[in-house]
Amino acid sequence: MALQKFSTLTSGGVPVEIENVDTDQIIPARFLKAVERKGFGDNLFRDWRYDNQNNPIAEFPLNNPAYDGEIMFASKNFGCGSSREHAAWSIYDYGFKVVVSSFFADIFKNNALNNGLLPIQVSEVFLAEAFSEIAKNSATTFSVDLPAQSIKIDSTGRTESFTIDGYKKECLLNGYDDVDYLRSIIDTIENFENK
Amino acid sequence: MGKTLFDKIWDAHIVRHLDGGRDVLYIDRHYIHEVTSPVAFLGLKNRGLTIARPNQTTATADHNVPTINQHLPVKDEQSRGQLDTFEANCKENGIEHFGLGHEKNGVVHIIGPELGFTQPGMTIVCGDSHTSTHGAFGAVAFGVGTSEVEMVFASQCIMQPKPKKMKITVNGEMKKGVTSKDVILYIIAEISASGGTGHFIEFTGDTFRAMSMEERMTVCNMSIECGARGGIIAPDQTTFDYVNGRENAPQGEAFSKAVDKWKELYSDDDAIFDTEYLFDASNIEPMITFGTNPGMGIGITTYIPTGTDLEGSDKISFNKSLEYMGFIGGDKMIGKRVDYVFLGSCTNGRIEDFRLFTNAVKGYKKADNIIAWLVPGSKAVAAQIVTEGLDKVLEAAGFEVRQPGCSACLAMNEDKVPTGMYSVSTSNRNFEGRQGPGARTLLAGPLVAAAAAISGTVQDPRALFNL
Repeated sequence: MALQKFSTLTSGGVPVEIENVDTDQIIPARFLKAVERKGFGDNLFRDWRYDNQNNPIAEFPLNNPAYDGEIMFASKNFGCGSSREHAAWSIYDYGFKVVVSSFFADIFKNNALNNGLLPIQVSEVFLAEAFSEIAKNSATTFSVDLPAQSIKIDSTGRTESFTIDGYKKECLLNGYDDVDYLRSIIDTIENFENK
Repeated sequence: MGKTLFDKIWDAHIVRHLDGGRDVLYIDRHYIHEVTSPVAFLGLKNRGLTIARPNQTTATADHNVPTINQHLPVKDEQSRGQLDTFEANCKENGIEHFGLGHEKNGVVHIIGPELGFTQPGMTIVCGDSHTSTHGAFGAVAFGVGTSEVEMVFASQCIMQPKPKKMKITVNGEMKKGVTSKDVILYIIAEISASGGTGHFIEFTGDTFRAMSMEERMTVCNMSIECGARGGIIAPDQTTFDYVNGRENAPQGEAFSKAVDKWKELYSDDDAIFDTEYLFDASNIEPMITFGTNPGMGIGITTYIPTGTDLEGSDKISFNKSLEYMGFIGGDKMIGKRVDYVFLGSCTNGRIEDFRLFTNAVKGYKKADNIIAWLVPGSKAVAAQIVTEGLDKVLEAAGFEVRQPGCSACLAMNEDKVPTGMYSVSTSNRNFEGRQGPGARTLLAGPLVAAAAAISGTVQDPRALFNL
């Protein structure tokens, strides 16, 4: 499946100021029974968004109408735990294009990149300032520039550069996908097998 | 400069090195299950492709299966749909499928080693983070996402940057009543739930050398719980003896030749690790977790930390965790109420775990307030339980043995712990809601689980069972 291209984005931010968010919180296991990649956004953060009577929990940021945007900000060690790619799917399906944290778990980071969701690792200082700017004004915006590998807090001008694997950057900019690449070198793979 | 064991295996499987640091890595064995494969099968089909190497692919239904009445149709419609889709996908692509009720069915990380598919020196992936289990054999094994499952389907390769290397050495004899689960919970508590991120861990030292293969699997299984991609232990005679004679292992002369190669799988003396830790096994006592990540573990006789030394978001997270658990910092764990006990999962669902639990509870009675789910990791483990008569001992003590599956480890099936209830669980994750919405999980080894099942509370198995 080809990826949607990503280059630059200016958007508001949604703050999830919680550490060690594991993929069981992002999408609980009972929602993993689908055999197609559809509608996972409805169950993103299900047990934090809704109580056991399915009523929205007002305090949870995704339920706060003041927050709007395609960038999620989360505290450190985001996406730890289970390898379920459904976590990246549900965030993307909900409408986020970028997740910003000061630290990502490995498998989640890889899964995000494989699905056109850009994980941006920033410093603790940058993240704290982003949270505080959103707290001051929920309409504050952020600018992400993938070609330049930078992210800016528009209200303060603080800009930080981020790292991304060169190959993955190309994939996102052009909407490539890994399977296409691997199939293109299938002869090399078969030669390796026969070595 | 010498190479680490991990480097030796990884480097031997590089098909191509890409600019930017990724390697196209060849995968020897691909394990698949019903939950993380259907979207990959669909992707493959949409591209007009079929599986590149069905013979290197092993399929089992485990995450989403009931653990009673497996001979009846699966009640939950979505679960049944997922199992049926899985079976149809395997059939269409010529993959051997160990479905529900098959004599070789079981949790993917239990049947792989049992059937001899897992061997030293291999690269192994599965759409499940606990694929790290197979590292116990001196294999490079790790969990991948569904996109990567599709990559392996299409090409038998994935593309990943090589992780950093960490060495964790534990020396000394484990004290009485301490299990390999306690050793890994201790390590995670020491280095934290994110301490291994970006790394692949090699476990070395005489404590691991003295462990059986099943004990080593428990250790490597939980390497992901400190954030590491995987864990690995150099193969030795214990490994070769375990693999010897298993159905899918090399046989006869081929086995001897394989062992000669496997003997070269060790880290060179001058190999460099990015990070190293050293621990003493004599400092480890039976462990239990009090919070909502696997790094929040303490010795069972000690007190819940107060978190007064924490600041900022660390403190907020810590307090949120204790609030969820209904615990107060400074309290002791001994005597805490327990409602459920779960013995099973890819961490502790093997025959040695059932032997430990059964020998401990022999002659006692299950506490009335406890609901116990004893779930063997595979049909083979279930059969062995009967062969050894463990089921009779367990029945006499008021327990029943269920049928294999992942069960209450992730509570995708009906085995859910109700809101607010406490579960002493031999599984691998104590995240909020992991064992059911609102469930409170205390991770521990089989002996602590046995002590909870008999006493109805958290107890030190050494004191309760006079170990």
